[in-house]
Amino acid sequence: MNLAPDPVMAWTLALIQTLLFIAAAPLLAGWVKRIKCHMQNRAAPSLFQPYRDLVKLFRKDVVLAENASWLFRAAPYVVFGAFILAASVVPLVAAHLPTAAIADVIVLVGFFALARFFLALAGMDIGTAFGGMGSSREMTIASLAEPAMLMAVFTLAMIASTTNLSVVIEHNLHAGLVLRPSLLFALLALAMVAVAESGRIPVDNPATHLELTMVHEAMILEYSARHLALIEWASQIKLMIYTVLIANIFWPWGIAEAFTPAALSWGVVAITAKLALLAMLLVVWETVMAKMRLFRVPQFLGFAFLLALLGMLTHVILETGT
Amino acid sequence: MNLASLSLYHQALLVAAALVLFTSFMMLATARIRPLIFAFAWQGALLAIVTALVALVSDHPHLYISALLTLGLKALLIPWMLHRLSARLNILHEVEPIRNPSMMLVAGALLVIFSYYVATPIVHLSTLVTRNTIAVSMAVILLGMLLMVSRSKAVAQVVGFMSIENGLFFAAVVSTYGMPMIVELGIAFDVLVAMVLFGVFFFQIRASIDSLDVDRMNRLSEKNE
Amino acid sequence: MALSIAYLAVIAALASAVFALGTNFRRNVITRTLPFLLLGASGVAAVAAGGWALLDNLKLTQQLALGLPWMHWHLRLDALSGFFFAVVGLLLTAVSFYGPAYVREFESSKQPLSVLGLFTGLFAAGMLLVLLADDAFAFMVAWELMSVSSYFLVTYQHQNAPNRRAGFLYLLMAHVGALAILLGFGVLAGFGGNFTFDAMRAATLAPLWASIAFALAFFGFGMKAGLVPVHAWLPEAHPVAPSHISALMSGVMLKVAIYGFIRVTYDLVGHIQWQWGLAVLVVGTTSALLGVLYTLMQSDLKRLLAYSSVENIGIIFMGLGLSMIFLGTNHPVLGVIGLIAALYHVLNHAVFKGLLFLGAGAVLYRTHERDLEHMGGLIHRMPVTAALFLVGCVSISALPPFNGFVSEWLTFQAALQTPKLESGVLRAILPIAAALLALTGALAAAAFVKVYGVAFLGKARDRRAAHAREVPAGMLIGMGMLAVLCLVLGVLPTTVIDIIDAVPRLLIGQAPPSLTAHGWLWLTPVSADVASYSAPLVLAAIAITFFIGRLLLRRNANPVRRSAPWDCGFGPLNARMQYTAAAFAQPIRRVFGGVWKVQEQVEVTRASAPATLVSGVRHQLHISDWSWLKLYEPIGRLVLTGARHIGHLHSGHIRTYLMYSFATLLLLLWIVT
Repeated sequence: MNLAPDPVMAWTLALIQTLLFIAAAPLLAGWVKRIKCHMQNRAAPSLFQPYRDLVKLFRKDVVLAENASWLFRAAPYVVFGAFILAASVVPLVAAHLPTAAIADVIVLVGFFALARFFLALAGMDIGTAFGGMGSSREMTIASLAEPAMLMAVFTLAMIASTTNLSVVIEHNLHAGLVLRPSLLFALLALAMVAVAESGRIPVDNPATHLELTMVHEAMILEYSARHLALIEWASQIKLMIYTVLIANIFWPWGIAEAFTPAALSWGVVAITAKLALLAMLLVVWETVMAKMRLFRVPQFLGFAFLLALLGMLTHVILETGT
Repeated sequence: MNLASLSLYHQALLVAAALVLFTSFMMLATARIRPLIFAFAWQGALLAIVTALVALVSDHPHLYISALLTLGLKALLIPWMLHRLSARLNILHEVEPIRNPSMMLVAGALLVIFSYYVATPIVHLSTLVTRNTIAVSMAVILLGMLLMVSRSKAVAQVVGFMSIENGLFFAAVVSTYGMPMIVELGIAFDVLVAMVLFGVFFFQIRASIDSLDVDRMNRLSEKNE
Repeated sequence: MALSIAYLAVIAALASAVFALGTNFRRNVITRTLPFLLLGASGVAAVAAGGWALLDNLKLTQQLALGLPWMHWHLRLDALSGFFFAVVGLLLTAVSFYGPAYVREFESSKQPLSVLGLFTGLFAAGMLLVLLADDAFAFMVAWELMSVSSYFLVTYQHQNAPNRRAGFLYLLMAHVGALAILLGFGVLAGFGGNFTFDAMRAATLAPLWASIAFALAFFGFGMKAGLVPVHAWLPEAHPVAPSHISALMSGVMLKVAIYGFIRVTYDLVGHIQWQWGLAVLVVGTTSALLGVLYTLMQSDLKRLLAYSSVENIGIIFMGLGLSMIFLGTNHPVLGVIGLIAALYHVLNHAVFKGLLFLGAGAVLYRTHERDLEHMGGLIHRMPVTAALFLVGCVSISALPPFNGFVSEWLTFQAALQTPKLESGVLRAILPIAAALLALTGALAAAAFVKVYGVAFLGKARDRRAAHAREVPAGMLIGMGMLAVLCLVLGVLPTTVIDIIDAVPRLLIGQAPPSLTAHGWLWLTPVSADVASYSAPLVLAAIAITFFIGRLLLRRNANPVRRSAPWDCGFGPLNARMQYTAAAFAQPIRRVFGGVWKVQEQVEVTRASAPATLVSGVRHQLHISDWSWLKLYEPIGRLVLTGARHIGHLHSGHIRTYLMYSFATLLLLLWIVT
């Protein structure tokens, strides 16, 4: 295992990075909301509004439906736990932390699948049509996004000959400025999959409560108070995980490879800048595009799969071989 | 072969070649005529860029002229003529629903893998710097043929035909650094004349059978008179 | 010594069959539970013998004075048969706890209970003997014993015509498969000299004949394992059998077919060509994808689980195909990884599919319902069964930290080693197969969200589901055993692989040194830099966040209030307003349209006045298997036409028959001279 000279310091740093990740996720959500409002000529809420919302929710009393089972009450904790694990695995500020070896990219996809499974079950627990609809649509979209995501991951793994995230980032960092068509296609495919999985426009509208357009919101309709807070926080962490993955894999410059204070602070600055820029790109995309009807999402994800497939094929045909 | 050891222009060449393949798939996937013509125009433009980069990397200056010719003809003139023709025939905004888009995708991917399989012995024998892109050029040809086979609107068939010609030109550039100038000029002129003739024929066909659907051309056979 | 324990297992199974006849004479506790006790003893002995053979990498052979006078039975216990012995034993033990309470349901039915017990014992004995057989004769006899006794089990409730039809189809396809296997053995014996496996191992086959032997074995064992398109018997036969038999058939009998395939291909034929591996991979991928798509559309719980078995067998064959490709292109270490991934999935599938079928049996026991559309809300009525069934659903959806995830992760890691291959075409095809495996996994998760959500969550849709009770303790113990195994196999993969790796050492001659090189905590298939997974740490992290979360958040909190669910102001919600199973799968049905043959009918009845008011809607959905229409029915028609033509020989005229005898006599006389 690629441990730093001092294992205790490495694990402590990993813990601090995970806590930083979780603490910064609402900030990213607030930043996205703020830019979106500015772009649409609306008055923007404060940057820290998501924190206030979470605190408000944590303080409220839980109201459950009469026939909610123990699964309904346990699901938010399982979901949040899965996302904390995922956050610990993704390198945010420093590469080569020991937690990155607990799970590779495929296990990361498995964590998302675990969270989604329990959330979908919770949607079906109460026995209303909303929950069933949300669960059904969410599982359909997720199953169509999986092949695209995995094909993109494969392309990355074939380029770096590993699925361990730290090693992939290190490989891309040391490769210098190389124009790889396969990486370009993989980036586009991953971006489309990220949009679909984190429930942004054009796949799902994170701000809607109209039954014909809900996917994620429909599943969590019956939740309140601390359960709802955990789930909201978890979806903010999910968005942050996807943006950090895209930022650090394709533009790894700035990430800390040694555990010195200078490298770490430089890493923090670098990731903040990259996240801010990617958030602006996301906002432009969301403002320009309209939400698609559900049965056009397969075409969207099919296009993502085509891009990932082209990435893999161009890697095999153009970039390797004699 | 280590990608990082190649020059930046060579890497840009590979990126452009990959994007040409991408435009081929785009043409397979669009159901409307206007984006189809735009995809074809982009394919021509990318092909011109590839030719220019090959000229730069392999130091064959006559390819610059080929690049300019391709840009002028395939990226500007022919798409403009097709656009004008479609506008005059009032079919510019027609939608032809693709019956089975996932099957098209699968067939396209299989064709790419097949052309890679066919091109492998050639790639082993070749000594040119662009030898890896030979498989891509064959794939463009085969995908153009797939486009012709899968569509029933006449304009889509013409675009498919032109795309095959694009692929042939691409193959010539990357496997032998272009053809003799006189041959290239002749082919380019032939393509232009073919375009003009297509225009004339489309009006005639529409006058005869009142539609531009090639599947309905069997109305012209004797037993249907 | 280990071989004696293996014999003990077989004898205990046979004894269980004999003692089951006791229920014909007297019905008391002893005659009811003794057969299952013996079956459990057989299971424990099988696990012991198999485990011993694996841990010590034994290779024991013996010749018994059974069989024909000039062809005695050869029996053999080595690491490969030991592994499958242990798998069979595990499930037999679980079923022996489950059985006594479950079969009480059949006590008041028309068929005698003794028949069920008799053929269960014979079935178990048959499977164990197949695993021990070391020559083709013993193998085929044991195979037939297994097939025929399971036929009687499938048609146990033969009053229903569909059950008889399912049994007939099952018997027919089992014998077509057995014929192919016999022909395959014939080819191998032709080159080896006699029917013993030792002779077949030593023989060298011409490449063409090796391919023919492989093709026959693949067809025969594939038909028994349930690969598409020769899978049609599986979704018919598994649902109609009693649930603990379905668990045995799905969990173990399919694995015996896989054992046969591995034994013939890796051991008897030997030099594997990569083209075979590519064929196996393609067929496996197709089976997995089509299996899961058919799973999604079923609303009969047991039929759904049967199609899910088709999917998982496809995944196992994908692992085997990858392994064969790597072995055929001279990468033995990577081939070992593929083989271990396939074997791990064999073990995992046996455990979680057994658990799911036993759970389905528990639901059937209490609600007498197999149709998902009549269940609902069972988590409140049958809490322990619901919790155990949830473990099964999470495992089969390949979610960490349970066992299904480990074998899928290993299969992906095996597929990711493609850059080491020389052939560019293979390097392009294998990632596509892996992407299709990802699609399969995600669709399987969707299918089991549907199953659990419709059956156990929500509100009860039927009176019987609303009044269900928990099942007896014996059934819970049987299921609980398998659920605990699911967790253990998921959290300690390195230990399990340390035990399994005797099999690749036997078959390929190599063990994967790197898989467990970093200790019990980290699973590293190729090297630590390439990929690593630490299941114990994952479980620990989830548990810690769970407890810290509840601790922090439930201090000073007011008690939870209950209220009515959100109803948009429409008034009281009833159970008909929830999503049905067909509704849940409808988006996927629309996306993947052409895969099934769908017949959908909607009838709207309107009230007499006003005529725009709808008084009732009747929706009928019928989903059928294309392979039945395109493959089986044409073959059936062909056979019947051929039989009709041959039937013309039976003209009924005496003089024609005398002509036949006369012509044959003339022909023989001419040949003799």
